[in-house]
Amino acid sequence: MKKLKTMLDKFGLPRLIIGLFFIVLLVTSLAIGFDPGVLFSDVLRRVLMFSILVLAMIPGVQSGIGMNFGISLGISAGLLGAVLAMEVSYLSSWTEKLGAGNPWLTLLLALAIGITLAAILGFVYGLLLNRVKGSEMTVSTYVGFSVIAFMNIVWLSLTFQNGELSWPLQGKGLRNTASLAGSFGGILSEPAVIQNTQPAGLKWIAFNVGGVSIPLGLILVFILCAFIIWLFLQSKAGIAMSAGGENPTFTLASGINVDRTRILGTVISTVFGAVGIIMYAQTYGFLQLYNAPLMMGFASVAAILIGGASVNRAAIPHVIIGTLLFQGILVTALPVVNVVIEIGTLPEVLRIIISNGIILYALSKAKGGSSS
Amino acid sequence: MENKYILSMNNISKEYYGNRVLKNVSLQLKPGEIHALVGENGAGKSTLMNILFGMPVIFSTDGFQGKILIDGKEAVIDNPHKAMSYGVGMVHQEFMLIPEFNVTENIKIGREIGDPTPFSKVFGSLLDKMNWEKMSADARRALDDIGMNIDEYAKIAGMPIGYRQFVEIAREIDKTGIKLLVFDEPTAVLTEGEAERLLEIIRIIAQKGIAIIFITHRLTEVMAIADSMSILRDGELVVRKNVADTNLVEIAQLMIGRSVDKFEDEGLINERNISDQNIALELKNFHVDMPGEQVKGIDVCIREGEIFGFGGLAGQGKLGIINGIMGLFESQGEVIVHGKKLDLTKLGEALRNDIAFVSEDRRGVGLLLGESIQLNMIFTAMQIKDAFLKKIAGLKIMDKAKAQKHAQEMIELLDIRCTGTMQTSGSLSGGNQQKVCLARALTMNPDILIVSEPTRGIDIGAKKLVLDYLTKINRERGTTIIMISSELMELRSLCDRIGIVSEGELFSIMAPDDSDAAYGLAMAGVREEVLV
Repeated sequence: MKKLKTMLDKFGLPRLIIGLFFIVLLVTSLAIGFDPGVLFSDVLRRVLMFSILVLAMIPGVQSGIGMNFGISLGISAGLLGAVLAMEVSYLSSWTEKLGAGNPWLTLLLALAIGITLAAILGFVYGLLLNRVKGSEMTVSTYVGFSVIAFMNIVWLSLTFQNGELSWPLQGKGLRNTASLAGSFGGILSEPAVIQNTQPAGLKWIAFNVGGVSIPLGLILVFILCAFIIWLFLQSKAGIAMSAGGENPTFTLASGINVDRTRILGTVISTVFGAVGIIMYAQTYGFLQLYNAPLMMGFASVAAILIGGASVNRAAIPHVIIGTLLFQGILVTALPVVNVVIEIGTLPEVLRIIISNGIILYALSKAKGGSSS
Repeated sequence: MENKYILSMNNISKEYYGNRVLKNVSLQLKPGEIHALVGENGAGKSTLMNILFGMPVIFSTDGFQGKILIDGKEAVIDNPHKAMSYGVGMVHQEFMLIPEFNVTENIKIGREIGDPTPFSKVFGSLLDKMNWEKMSADARRALDDIGMNIDEYAKIAGMPIGYRQFVEIAREIDKTGIKLLVFDEPTAVLTEGEAERLLEIIRIIAQKGIAIIFITHRLTEVMAIADSMSILRDGELVVRKNVADTNLVEIAQLMIGRSVDKFEDEGLINERNISDQNIALELKNFHVDMPGEQVKGIDVCIREGEIFGFGGLAGQGKLGIINGIMGLFESQGEVIVHGKKLDLTKLGEALRNDIAFVSEDRRGVGLLLGESIQLNMIFTAMQIKDAFLKKIAGLKIMDKAKAQKHAQEMIELLDIRCTGTMQTSGSLSGGNQQKVCLARALTMNPDILIVSEPTRGIDIGAKKLVLDYLTKINRERGTTIIMISSELMELRSLCDRIGIVSEGELFSIMAPDDSDAAYGLAMAGVREEVLV
C-alpha cells in the first residue's frame, strides 16, 4: 500500500487525473464508433508534430530561464527559414540541377536557414533575459507575443515569386496558410506522399500497418533531437548549464559564468523551436503564418508541465508523457464533443475550453510530481 | 518576591531538531531596569528573544520548556501579537519601516485612529476616515518622549539611519501599556554620535519605568548604560551580574571562557615545515564589497602548510575576506598566491590556482541540492580541471564510471552516511552535506583549502570528524588551510594562528593559547590601551 502511494506520488496526481481523462476519451470515441486505426494514426501524428517544440523547453528550463514562452521567436525563425527555402528552390537554377524543387533539399535548406536565424535571435534574446532575471517567464511571454506581431508585418511586406506562398490576387505579402504539398509536406510522415512520390529505397520512411500509419521518418527525427539534447545534458557544458539553472551561486563559486550558460540554454531552446516548427509544418502539410503560432508557446509549456516537469527541472520523459497526454486529449476530444453536442459552433467553443482548461490546469499544478 | 519583577523567564530550555540551544536559562527584570544580554554568536540570545516574542520559528519546532511570567502572572505567548498585548515591544536590527510613508504613518501603522463615516458604519471600521490630527499628536508625543525634534510629517525615505532607528523606537513607545522593550543590537548600524544619542534615549525610556533588554556585542556600551547583565554561552546562563560589580576584562573572559582542547595530532605524521619565507597566500590592502561583511583593507601573509583561522563576530568582515578571494564579490587590492598575483576580475581565477573553497552557506552556495552526491563531488573539478570527462565525437561527456568510483572512495574516506553515490545531496543530513562539500573541495586536490564555518549546523560527532579530517590533510598532504569560524574554540583547537577581524580590518593575529580575556576583548574590538 505504501509502495503504491510512493509510486503515485512519483507519478503525480495531476498526471494521473489527466491520464485517466485521456483514457476515458479514447474509450468513448471508440465506443461511439470511430475507426481505431484512424484515431491512433491521428494521435501519433499529432503527438510527434508537437514533440520537438516541447523538447525545446528543456534547455530553457535547465539553464534557469524557466519555461520559454518566447519560443515564438524560434518558431518565427523556422517559418522564415521555410519560406525562404521554398522561394529559393522555386527561383534558383542550381536546385534544378539536383532535381527541380527537390523536397529534401528544400527541407534541409529550410532547416539550415531556420537554425542560423534562430541561433542569432536566441543569442540576443538570451542577453535580454539576463537583464530581467527573476521575471523571465513574464518577459518571455511578451517577447513571444511581440515577435508574432512583428512577423505579421514581415509576412505582409515580403514579395515572393512562388505562387504557393504569395497572396494570389495582390502579388505582395504572403498567404495565411501556404500548402507544402508540392514541397516538403509529409515527406517524413505521410505514407500517401512517401509511397506515391519517393523511390523504392525511401519507402520505409512512412507506411501503413493494419490501418495505422507509421511516420517512421518523423519518429527518427524526434529520437535524434531527443538524443542530441540528452547527450548535451551529459556534457561538460550541459552539466554546467543545468547547474547554473539549479543554483546560480553554486555554479558561480565553481568559476562558471552563469550569464553565459543561460544564453547557451536560450540559444539551444530557440534553435529547437525553429526545428520544431519546420517539423510541425512538414507533418501538417501547411505553413501557417501570421497569428497561427501565437499560442504554440503555451501549448508547449502546458505539455511539458503535464508531463511532470517543473519550472526548474525538465527531462525527456516529461516531454514524451506530456505531449502524449496533452495532444492526445485534444485529438480525441474534438470528435467526441462533435458527436455529443451537435449545436452550431458549440463543439469548437468546447474544444477551446478544453485545451485552455488543460493549459490552466497544468500551469496551476506546475509543481506536482516534479523531478526532484 | 516574584511580584516585583516585570518579566521573569524561568528555566527556559529549547531544542532545535535534537540540538539543545538553550538550557535552563532564567532572566528577571524590574521596571526601569536596563539589562544587557551578551554572548557570542550562537550563544542563544536570539532564541531567547524569539521565545519571548512567540515567534513562529519556535512553535513550528515543538515549542519550548519553562515559564514566562509577566507582572507575576504566567503569560502564554504563542504569537508575536500576544507579546504585543502583554506590553512587550522590540526595536529591530533591520528597520521595519515603510520608506514611502511619513513618520506619523510609520509610527501609527496598524494602530491608526479613525473617525467613523457613513461607509464605515456599514462596512466596518476599516473604512474609517483617518484622524490625522490625533495621529500626528500621538506621534509628536512619542517623539518628544525620546527627545527627537524631527518633523512628524517627514518621509522615512532619505532619512539618516540613526533617525530611522529613533522612529522605530518612537513607534514602540507609542504603543499603550508598553512595559518591556527589547533592543537587538541597536547600535550595530549607527555612527558613533548616533549611538551615543541612542544610549541616552534608552536611559530616558528606562526612567519612565519601562524595563529594557539590551542585546549587544559592544561591551563598552554595556558598561556605559546597563544596570545588570546576563552572560550566555552555549545556551547556558553563565552568570547574572550587576554591572557595577564587574569590569570589561571579566565580562570578556566569561563570554568566551571554555577550556581549550588542543587538537590531538598524535599518531599523525607531522612533517610540516612552516616558515615566514614560504608564503602560500598574501593579501595586500584587500577590500571586499560584500554586503553585511565589508572588508576594509586587510594585509596578511599565510604561510605554507599552516592552518590559519579568521575569527570575529558576525558582520565584521571575516566572511568577506574569503568570498572576495574566491571572486564571489567585488574586491580591490592584491591577492598573491605563491608569488603570483591573481586577477580576481576573472571568474574562477582562485580555483585555477589550486585554491579550493567550502562555503559557509552550504545549502545556498555549497551544494546542488537536487543533484546526486556524485555530481556534487566532481562538479568543480570537472569544470575547472577537465577531470572526469571523456571525449565522444569531440564533445566532452561526463565519465560516469570514473565519477562514481571517485565518489565511492570519497564516501568511504569521509564516512558519509548515504544510500549510494546517486542519492540527492538535498536529502542528506547537515553533517553529511558538509562532508560532500568537503569532498568536492578535496577532489580539486588543492594547495590551499579555504573552509568557511565548517561545523555550522552539524552535530558534535560529525563536527569532530570534519575537524579531524581537516587536520589530517593538513599534516599528511601539507595542504595550507584557511579556516573561518564563528566558534572561537574550534579555531583555537585547530589553528596555528588566528586573525581576529573587527570592523572590516584585521584587529590582531593571536596565538591559540592566548588568554580568554584577550580573545574576548579582541572580538569586541577593544584595544588593551583603552582599558588602562
